[in-house]
Amino acid sequence: MKIQTFDTRPVALTIKKIVRENENTNTYVFDYPLGARSGQFVMLWIPGVDEKPFSVAYDNGTEFWLTICRVGPATKELFKLKEGDKVGVRGPFGTNYEFKKGDKVALVAGGYGAAPMYFCAHEAVKAGAEVDFIVGARSEDLLLFTHKVSGLSDVDLHIATDDGSCGFKGYTTQVLEKLFKKKKFNKVCTCGPEIMEKFVGEIAEKHGVDAEISVEKYMKCGFGVCGQCVIDDSGEPICKKGCVMKYSYLKRMPEFGKYHRDAQGKKHNF
Amino acid sequence: MSKLEIDFCGVKFRNPTVLASGVLGVTASSLKNVVKNGAGGVTTKSIWLKEHAGHKSPVMFGTDHYFMNAVGLSDAGIEKAEKETFPEYSKGGRPAPIIANIVAGKIADFGKLAERVSKLDPDIIEVNISCPNVEDELGKPFACSVVDAAAVTKLVRSKTKKPVIVKLSPNVSNIGEIAKACAGAGADGFCAINTVGPGMAIDINLRKSILSNRVGGLSGPAIKPVAVRCVYDIYKATGLPIIGTGGILTGEDAIEMMMAGARLVGMGTMVYYREVEGFGKVVSEMEEWCRKNGVKNVEEIVACIS
Ligand SMILES: Cc1cc2nc3c(=O)[nH]c(=O)nc-3n(C[C@H](O)[C@H](O)[C@H](O)COP(=O)(O)OP(=O)(O)OC[C@H]3O[C@@H](n4cnc5c(N)ncnc54)[C@H](O)[C@@H]3O)c2cc1C
Ligand SMILES: Cc1cc2nc3c(=O)[nH]c(=O)nc-3n(C[C@H](O)[C@H](O)[C@H](O)COP(=O)(O)O)c2cc1C
Ligand code: FES
Repeated sequence: MKIQTFDTRPVALTIKKIVRENENTNTYVFDYPLGARSGQFVMLWIPGVDEKPFSVAYDNGTEFWLTICRVGPATKELFKLKEGDKVGVRGPFGTNYEFKKGDKVALVAGGYGAAPMYFCAHEAVKAGAEVDFIVGARSEDLLLFTHKVSGLSDVDLHIATDDGSCGFKGYTTQVLEKLFKKKKFNKVCTCGPEIMEKFVGEIAEKHGVDAEISVEKYMKCGFGVCGQCVIDDSGEPICKKGCVMKYSYLKRMPEFGKYHRDAQGKKHNF
Repeated sequence: MSKLEIDFCGVKFRNPTVLASGVLGVTASSLKNVVKNGAGGVTTKSIWLKEHAGHKSPVMFGTDHYFMNAVGLSDAGIEKAEKETFPEYSKGGRPAPIIANIVAGKIADFGKLAERVSKLDPDIIEVNISCPNVEDELGKPFACSVVDAAAVTKLVRSKTKKPVIVKLSPNVSNIGEIAKACAGAGADGFCAINTVGPGMAIDINLRKSILSNRVGGLSGPAIKPVAVRCVYDIYKATGLPIIGTGGILTGEDAIEMMMAGARLVGMGTMVYYREVEGFGKVVSEMEEWCRKNGVKNVEEIVACIS
């Protein structure tokens, strides 16, 4: 057991298993009592390459998963690693989602956001909540974690694809609107592209729910020091005050849904 | 109530705490948030003439005793400071003094930077000649040579009317001598110290140095005695105002630094141990110490051991 200290040196871990989710997405399984709550993230160090933030896709106290899309130089190198290879992990960092018995929860996932939302669904069910899981992708082959989610009891799975190749033809936000007509959710959680998250926040607000949103910004330290991930205008670091944040807070941030910053702190519009 | 307000190079600070360069300094809103949490002043992250990439991660980590970083001075360049950071920080009135920290690889660039940054009306210009994390790129810091340190100071001095302070490195055999040379070249004061080392830490299971840059600067609690000694040496050598920086985590640490000769105290790594709210806490702790010890004006204790 690690006692609570200020030690944020990486822990060297062996990749126990690699599960191929789709063409560009792998799940990495580690035997380690990380102790992450749903919504939290780690910094994954690919030795000799780089270190990048990834959300925890599952943690049962002895094993945890990271589900990772290959998008650029660091993830490309990661995808060359094999089972048995070692990486470094710092964390878990950030705030988390909380669920209680009787909660009626809508989880809205886009892209690799499906993985951390699966962890949420798992934790929500464990707490005794009722869950509707809305997952979206451009097309069927890009959908993630649908089998794992449908394996959870007390979870209704709703699929949306842009091209209609699976489930509803359209966006996750449209599915959420429809569900709200039938059901009184008291909790809405979302992880995905920031523009989608913003719409989810607006829809939930219309129905009197303050959505909880996983926010991603460029991160270097993960513990509120480097200042790379701060959001305008509050100037608060997302890695520390988030990543899980309330929509009522985010909607006051002119940055949310509009732009993000790179490793040098330069603005880029979405 | 003890008076914590203090003058530094003609600039009034509501309390002696200042955010050190490189921590929470990427955006104007971040700097404002630090002021909101109690800091008496803020320092920008080091500003380059052009965009500068910095090192790959891991770029920092902490332990119970020390902190290490090799961010590599990533920055979007002076243009961002001109278009974004300074206008936004100043919108509706500056909440506290802002110190513009500038860095360059060539002496001539310091002159160009000083000229441009002066137009942004910073309260003070801090000249960073002491970062140990870019040695591979730039060679030994200018702060390690009496001649170079004086040359940079002289050039910056000639390009601006603003107060100029020089940020010194502890990684020299005689910091007092370097400080004297800068003072002779027109420096109005100092910020000391930049990080110690560089040091190195290896992950024995991965058989790799933890920082991607292999080496990095030490900060945090372990370096406080070095910082206190450097401030003492600089004060003795020059008598000029100093932002005492290095390992300050508490109000008592800050008082100690002021006794060594600092008029202001810089804090960076404190944020790691106490979060940004730590600024307000340190200020209350300083106030309490002053009250308990009958210090009516914090200025009384500056260099009181000298
Ligand atoms: C809190 C958080 C959780 C994340 N969770 C996951 C996850 O579960 N699965 C997953 O596949 N990806 C996740 N990401 C995104 C992941 O960090 C990036 O995809 C990865 O850093 C890309 O690096 P690269 O070198 O392969 O690509 P690059 O070409 O360098 O970058 C591709 C994209 O990733 C972003 N990115 C790059 N570096 C960082 C960084 N240090 N911090 C934040 N964003 C960065 C860039 O802005 C760019 O949009 C998460 C990001 C954050 C901030
Ligand atoms: C993460 C980090 C980044 C830093 N970046 C800079 C920088 O850009 N410019 C600079 O002059 N000093 C930089 N420093 C040095 C600090 O400003 C300060 O001088 C040093 O860390 C000692 O103070 P501390 O123990 O309070 O952190 C950095 C320090 C840290 C920890
Ligand atoms: S990642 Fe460094 S402050 Fe958030």
